[in-house]
Amino acid sequence: MGGWAIAVHGGAGVDPNLPQERQEDAKKLLTRCLHLGISALRSNIPAIDVVELIVRELETDPLFNSGRGSALTEKGTVEMEASIMDGPKRRCGAVSGLTTVKNPISLARLVMEKSPHSYLAFSGAEEFARQQGVELVDNGYFITEENVGMLKLAKEANSILFDYRIPAAGLESCSAGAAADSPLVMNGLPISVYAPETVGCVVVDSEGRCAAATSTGGLMNKKSGRIGDSPLIGSGTYACDLCGISCTGEGEAIIRGTLARDVAAVMEYKGLDLQGAVDFVVKERLDEGKAGLIAVSRDGEVACGFNTNGMFRGFATEDGFMEVGIWE
Amino acid sequence: MGWAIALHGGAGDIPLSIPADRRLPREEALHHCLEIGVAALKAQKHPLDVVELVVRELENHPNFNAGKGSVLTSRGTVEMEACIMDGNSKKCGAVSGLTTVVNAISLARLVMDKTPHIYLGFDGAEAFAREQGVETVASSHFITPENIERLKQAKEANRVQIDYTQPIQKYEKSESPTGIEDSQIGTVGCVAVDKNGNLAAATSTGGFVNKMVGRIGDTPIIGAGTYANNLCAVSATGKGETIIRGTVSRDVAALMEYKGLSLKEAAAYVVECNPKGDVGLVAVSAKGEVTMPFNTTGMFRACATEDGCSEVAIWPSVQD
Repeated sequence: MGGWAIAVHGGAGVDPNLPQERQEDAKKLLTRCLHLGISALRSNIPAIDVVELIVRELETDPLFNSGRGSALTEKGTVEMEASIMDGPKRRCGAVSGLTTVKNPISLARLVMEKSPHSYLAFSGAEEFARQQGVELVDNGYFITEENVGMLKLAKEANSILFDYRIPAAGLESCSAGAAADSPLVMNGLPISVYAPETVGCVVVDSEGRCAAATSTGGLMNKKSGRIGDSPLIGSGTYACDLCGISCTGEGEAIIRGTLARDVAAVMEYKGLDLQGAVDFVVKERLDEGKAGLIAVSRDGEVACGFNTNGMFRGFATEDGFMEVGIWE
Repeated sequence: MGWAIALHGGAGDIPLSIPADRRLPREEALHHCLEIGVAALKAQKHPLDVVELVVRELENHPNFNAGKGSVLTSRGTVEMEACIMDGNSKKCGAVSGLTTVVNAISLARLVMDKTPHIYLGFDGAEAFAREQGVETVASSHFITPENIERLKQAKEANRVQIDYTQPIQKYEKSESPTGIEDSQIGTVGCVAVDKNGNLAAATSTGGFVNKMVGRIGDTPIIGAGTYANNLCAVSATGKGETIIRGTVSRDVAALMEYKGLSLKEAAAYVVECNPKGDVGLVAVSAKGEVTMPFNTTGMFRACATEDGCSEVAIWPSVQD
């Protein structure tokens, strides 16, 4: 094989009753991102730049849970996190606890390129953002009316919630759907489960370089200060010489399973191919957890796997293959 | 099989010429912590309790970079982080950015046991600490004169170094001049297994001298500085940024699992594959084996196994 390839996601775990209109909006956004990525790759833009570009697009659009449209903390505020990794030398950058940075993925990139560290958080990260002169906005910019409504429902149900944009009327059916689908308990506490959305992009360019990027607002009604899998290298994001991976779903399960690293480890140490590694990890590494992931290999392959009810995703490869999907 | 325990007080450029008044208190502390850990295992305490207990002891000791004695941020403040993981369930807890919590590792344990989350940071973590009623003190409690001096020296060394607009050297071997001999020392940790093969790992640190406020290192990142599953438990120390990209602790377990390497082989391989001078780790296996490899000048470490092996050391031992 060989050639470039791109995969993008907008989260795993979708309500089977999601209104058709919402499904169409999601597919349109994913398609738009793929086209953006395809043109960048055709212009020989390196993988690391392409993943950043696409995730910026996803952060800016309020449809998915990242940047604008992020899920809200228990205080009704937004705290965003992101990470990015460049395969060739495994350089990485991550941020957490952002409240005013318009594009968290770009700050993560700056941590990687312009700081002596790999991960900055909260006020230190915000301070770095100011020093770097990135675009800053009021926390209110990220908050959407829909999410304010979702937070209220979450508090009433006293649970951490799915995050997909559906009107309140549909919520009862989808909570029920969620309970039936995945009667999960978080760390032994009686909290009903969901699969929050996150966005991500993985790319291999025509030089065979892989990169991965993930960004999120996290869990609806999360405790302020809660860090999930998205900024953790090896959990939500990973890239090396062989492949690039971005995960989404139950953060805690992804962390315990070190999901992103394991896809690469299984290729490296067990010699599985990309799809084989993805299937193995989703089957064996999640235990009771629900998650999904997208991956690309240096040979131009794309793969995805999820044990959730659906995953918003899109793929395109240099030989003309292109697909956007939500369900199995 | 049988129980086993290993602990560390940091890997780094520990010169052979370290004066006795710096070396002896640390060696004594390693002996002491080892004894406490062994006694707890003999008393059939669960490895999770054992590693927490030992790391609390190391945090309280002012000569290691965790809890009291933590190195300082560029602003002269302390920001502590810690992580704990249970091998059987793979449940874990992590905290970052603590400024008043006396024992970060215990707060990490509470995150694991009492919240639906794995990782809490900064203000949110401090608020959780208050909710839980853990012991907190004024930040000044953690700051030692040695660390004030270390920070001063680090800042002086940085004066001729980079600002943010220049290429970063963090991906090559960095030649940071050491002022106070062990200025590169980072982190404390403990891993333990009981005779039933239950494993646990715990790591705690103040981080990197002169680190940017808000900088998170490898310690609280599952798979980087801390990891445990049903095969082994690992706690790493050294250069955080290297350990993160190298997913060091997960890799030891992954090599055992996917390539069938033994604990010793897997740990040695991982340490060798990472840049020299950057990494050290302690690990135990479900079978009661112990290994403590490092590619730095030295690593403050100690271990003991049920069949009577015991070691407290700083530099490479003769047989390595």
